[in-house]
Amino acid sequence: MENSTVDLSAIERVEAARTAHLTAGAKPAKVLARDVNVYYGDKHALKAVNVEIPDRGVMAFIGPSGCGKSTFLRCINRMNDTIASCRVTGKITIDDQDIYDRSLDVVQLRARVGMVFQKPNPFPKSIYENVAYGPRIHGLTANKAEMDDVVQSSLEKAALWNEVKDRLQDSGTGLSGGQQQRLCIARAIAVNPDIILMDEPCSALDPIATAKVETLIDELRSNFCIIIVTHSMQQAARVSQRTAFFHLGTLVEEDSTKTIFSNPKDQRTQDYITGRFG
Amino acid sequence: MNEHIVKSYEDELKLLDRRIAQMGGCAEKLLVQALGALERRDPKLAESAVASDATIDQLERELQEQVIEMIAKRQPIANDLRHIMTVLKIAGDLERIGDLSKNIAKRAFAIAGESHPKPLMTGMRHMTEMVQAQLKHVLDALAERNVEKALQVWRSDQQVDAMYNSLFRELLTYMMEDPRNIGLCTHFLFGAKNIERIGDHTTNIAENVHYLVTGQAITDDRPKDDQTSSTLITVPHS
Repeated sequence: MENSTVDLSAIERVEAARTAHLTAGAKPAKVLARDVNVYYGDKHALKAVNVEIPDRGVMAFIGPSGCGKSTFLRCINRMNDTIASCRVTGKITIDDQDIYDRSLDVVQLRARVGMVFQKPNPFPKSIYENVAYGPRIHGLTANKAEMDDVVQSSLEKAALWNEVKDRLQDSGTGLSGGQQQRLCIARAIAVNPDIILMDEPCSALDPIATAKVETLIDELRSNFCIIIVTHSMQQAARVSQRTAFFHLGTLVEEDSTKTIFSNPKDQRTQDYITGRFG
Repeated sequence: MNEHIVKSYEDELKLLDRRIAQMGGCAEKLLVQALGALERRDPKLAESAVASDATIDQLERELQEQVIEMIAKRQPIANDLRHIMTVLKIAGDLERIGDLSKNIAKRAFAIAGESHPKPLMTGMRHMTEMVQAQLKHVLDALAERNVEKALQVWRSDQQVDAMYNSLFRELLTYMMEDPRNIGLCTHFLFGAKNIERIGDHTTNIAENVHYLVTGQAITDDRPKDDQTSSTLITVPHS
């Protein structure tokens, strides 16, 4: 009995140390959005969003389909630039740098802000090449030995190394769904980003693969700023420390995940998370 | 509040409310039976009180099973989670109230042959009526999700404590007057203590109603006035 008490307090201490910086105002935000509006043609998709996203932690975006959460996620690495009718106003900064500044190199931005999608989308290349691709085009390694190191450490961080180390030359598309998703995470990590965006990363995975990806997210949050869009309330509650609820293009409420899932302030948040939206 | 999109979830929550209301009704009835049994030294009434307690125990088991199934099936959060968890805790308090009432009723068998000093019974009845009213109010507060009503119950338990203190002293006095009263008075003392404990359980329920509605625990210290644990009456030397 006594041992378990000691262990528990140790876990609590570690968790407190890991999340101390997430207390509002403790440290400047990694990502800062001020009055962000997004229009698709005439459609006003995102309305005056203000939010601060802390570093080294997981923030979850939740909300019904079409609420603007994915739209906002895609603003953070300027993926919306690829949509002709899309217009973004307001200001988004990463480490105090305006990412919509004209002088900013979008390719460099996307190297700093990695993205993992709903459906695993490995390149039709070998497992090794899937991970090596990013570092190679960004010129991050000088020789084959360095590249081998990057591939290995990225696959290790993505908790995939042990499963694939003997078949690095096999095709990435031959892996199971869960392995493919972790390969995509390894690919995102390989270019050493600051921020990882995840758009429903587990919705195409079975419960075991989901558990592995969630464990991975929990480990990665010590070193990265992770932003995850998810339709699973339970997943948001499990993996994130802060949660933002979007509804009809508005950011309704943003708070610690504990507060959002135990006692949210806004009735709309409460109705949504408890399954009462009609 | 809006209803759940999943109708069966809504139905389950309503069933939970019906179960706890039924348990509350049984506990109220049992307390009346218990006092009646003690007052009239009526073994028949005492027997029916024992049977009523078994019903409460059965209801608690059913409610507990439902709660476990709902947690597994629905994975409730926010106000739903508070709803389910507080109902489970309140069921525990009601079950204890049932046990304590049954214990009062059983004392009717023990004191069947004894004569009652009338003023003693008046005090017991008065105290029980206070606790009965408290229990009724707190069950209303639960059904209506009425925080103000719950807080009223929470604050007025002090009066029950005060009543218990005076009854305690009175019983000690009777015992000193005539040692033949000791057997009867001891049973009354335990009965009074049980009623005071029932009062404490009603304040627990009030705290849970507050938490259910507001999401906040009551952090103030509850006003308490039970001084019997430090009361001593010394027998004068003759």
